[in-house]
Amino acid sequence: MAACRQWVEYLPPPDGVLEKCQRISRQALMNFGLPTHELEAWRLTDLNRLKEILNLPISAKDNELKIKTNESFVKAPNNIVQIIIDPLKNPLESTNLPTGFKVLSSKELQEKLDQSKLYDSINENWTIALNHASTEQILALKIEGKELPPLELVIPSQAGFFSPTRVILLLEKNTKLDLLQVVSGSENSAQSHLIDIEVGQDAELQHNFIALGGGQASLLAQIAVNQMNGSNYSFAALQHGWALSRLEPRINQLNGKAKTKLKGLQISNGKQQLATHSSVQFNGPEGQLEQLQKTAASESSHCIFNGEINVPQIAQKTNAAQLSRNLLLSNRARIDTKPELEIVADDVRCTHGATISNLQEEELFYLQSRGIKAETATSLLLKAYCQEILNNFHVDASRWFDINNLLARIK
Amino acid sequence: MIRPDSNLILEISNLHASVEDQPILRGVNLKVRAGEIHAVMGRNGSGKSTLSKVIAGHPAYTVTSGSVSFQGKDLLAMEPEERARTGVFLGFQYPVEIPGVSNLEFLRVATNIRRQQTGEEELDTFEFEDLVQTRLQMVQMNPNFLERSVNEGFSGGEKKRNEILQMALLEPIIAILDETDSGLDIDALRVVASGVNQLSKPSTATLLITHYQRLLNEIIPDYVHVMSSGKILRTGGKELAIELEQSGYDWIEQTVTSKEGH
Ligand SMILES: Nc1ncnc2c1ncn2[C@@H]1O[C@H](COP(=O)(O)OP(=O)(O)OP(=O)(O)O)[C@@H](O)[C@H]1O
Ligand SMILES: [Mg+2]
Repeated sequence: MAACRQWVEYLPPPDGVLEKCQRISRQALMNFGLPTHELEAWRLTDLNRLKEILNLPISAKDNELKIKTNESFVKAPNNIVQIIIDPLKNPLESTNLPTGFKVLSSKELQEKLDQSKLYDSINENWTIALNHASTEQILALKIEGKELPPLELVIPSQAGFFSPTRVILLLEKNTKLDLLQVVSGSENSAQSHLIDIEVGQDAELQHNFIALGGGQASLLAQIAVNQMNGSNYSFAALQHGWALSRLEPRINQLNGKAKTKLKGLQISNGKQQLATHSSVQFNGPEGQLEQLQKTAASESSHCIFNGEINVPQIAQKTNAAQLSRNLLLSNRARIDTKPELEIVADDVRCTHGATISNLQEEELFYLQSRGIKAETATSLLLKAYCQEILNNFHVDASRWFDINNLLARIK
Repeated sequence: MIRPDSNLILEISNLHASVEDQPILRGVNLKVRAGEIHAVMGRNGSGKSTLSKVIAGHPAYTVTSGSVSFQGKDLLAMEPEERARTGVFLGFQYPVEIPGVSNLEFLRVATNIRRQQTGEEELDTFEFEDLVQTRLQMVQMNPNFLERSVNEGFSGGEKKRNEILQMALLEPIIAILDETDSGLDIDALRVVASGVNQLSKPSTATLLITHYQRLLNEIIPDYVHVMSSGKILRTGGKELAIELEQSGYDWIEQTVTSKEGH
């Protein structure tokens, strides 16, 4: 409690378009205090690291932003709309948006914030409250069109600082978009990111999310998606390298009749703790979900997956499949995986499954018996394992990471 | 072909091995010289596959005593991959499926590793394509199999052909083929046998593990060994295989026991 109060007291007075959000959130945070292990959603989280986040000062102007990747990768090919989200600057200052992308006016934005259930969620969800207590800038875009260039949102970090970032994307009816988000942590940085996405009727969004930390970096990110009927939302995420990371994709099929695909990959080593807490809510009939979560945990790392699926009475003929497949690469590593299905409707097909296994000794030996070194064989098998998720990434996403390099670090 | 003056390739002496303290090999002795073809037969569970896997270095087995030398080197001191590099090849009785690892890529990597060892030039993707095409013809395998994951969804016979394809690419000094004939139809058996025959040279040797005389009509062995309870009980020529086919294993085990009794 004290930690939260102190943190809130250090914040600058509420101001700007997000003034109301800030006020409500700060109050909520003071009421909540820090999450405890008694709360189901935080049962496994390393609370000491969470506390450390609150010890960091909020991003200050004139600090150098760090994008922890080779500069040449960062440079976007010409066909991509790249926006770098600096927590303190209007992210659009230096970007010219092409046709199809429009910034929400402050009136539109205010309306959006007021009519969404945002204020309620702030009071229910600690990560949302934390973000809104401190964000000053917001990137809010209305997007319309079928032949749009891919949108790339780059979210850098500041070493030694806490950086909150906030985005709203509204995809209009029939719109088709490829969205890539890259969150890049650096030594002892902390990031809170919140993105709201509305996928309009019959619209289609391919969403890639690359979260690469470094050092003692931590990340709390929530992806809140509302899907209209006929819409198609595909999410593919890669998480690696965070002392603490928590990804919360929360999907709501507002009227059912939509398609959702969630694919997640967590690769952990050292003492990292990587978590995915997904939630899919079907609020109408004939919704579809295909979810696959994969984990490779090595050394003393810890991976968490919690997959909530909610199928109320109204969501008849829902077809949902959730699979969690995990590789435990060391006996010091830990994997916790938990489906959380609440199914009230009776005419539905919902399946779920979870496996935890080691790398197959027979597969390793087969490769070795053909002259392939044990380490190379391990990387080959790991890569094959990850490929099932990585196949869902857009070609342009691959310039942000070299999977071979990444896997070479996994022992 | 037996030539007493040819080089000793593999020498196994008094080899004992166990799994989780359960002894499986109980004193295997075997000498294989260049140019020779050896057949190993024996009842189910007599230890044939175990012998082959111990030679290849499978981590599940602990060698408790004895030695295996390959071209004068201590094979047991080498990692499995080193054994393969120096020219030991094991065609598995049950080749594993490796989803997500491309067969073509796997074959190319393995081939180049072996070529490095023998001082040949590494092959780039295009050069390798050419080589693999000629080897595919040798085993009459459909090139489509290259596009798939290693052994994934291959039928039993297709997996065996893929093993012979690997052997053809790696050009080992000793090839140990563990029941490569089982699960093959009659035509496939001929194809595989002719592949093995084409690949055997005066400087290499082959160890065939089989249950059937049929294969030995196609690949004529110089020696036939019978394994029982983790040992080689008896060694003979090709005629031993014919006798076994007619009379089963009982008579050998009985004669040996009665001899041991005296
Ligand atoms: N990894 C293992 N764990 C436990 N037991 C094993 C293992 N490997 C072999 N064995 C046992 O050792 C014995 C010999 O097995 P092996 O596979 O070598 O027989 P085989 O002669 O090849 O038989 P087959 O003709 O049926 O292929 C069997 O009793 C088998 O169950
Ligand atoms: Mg066997």
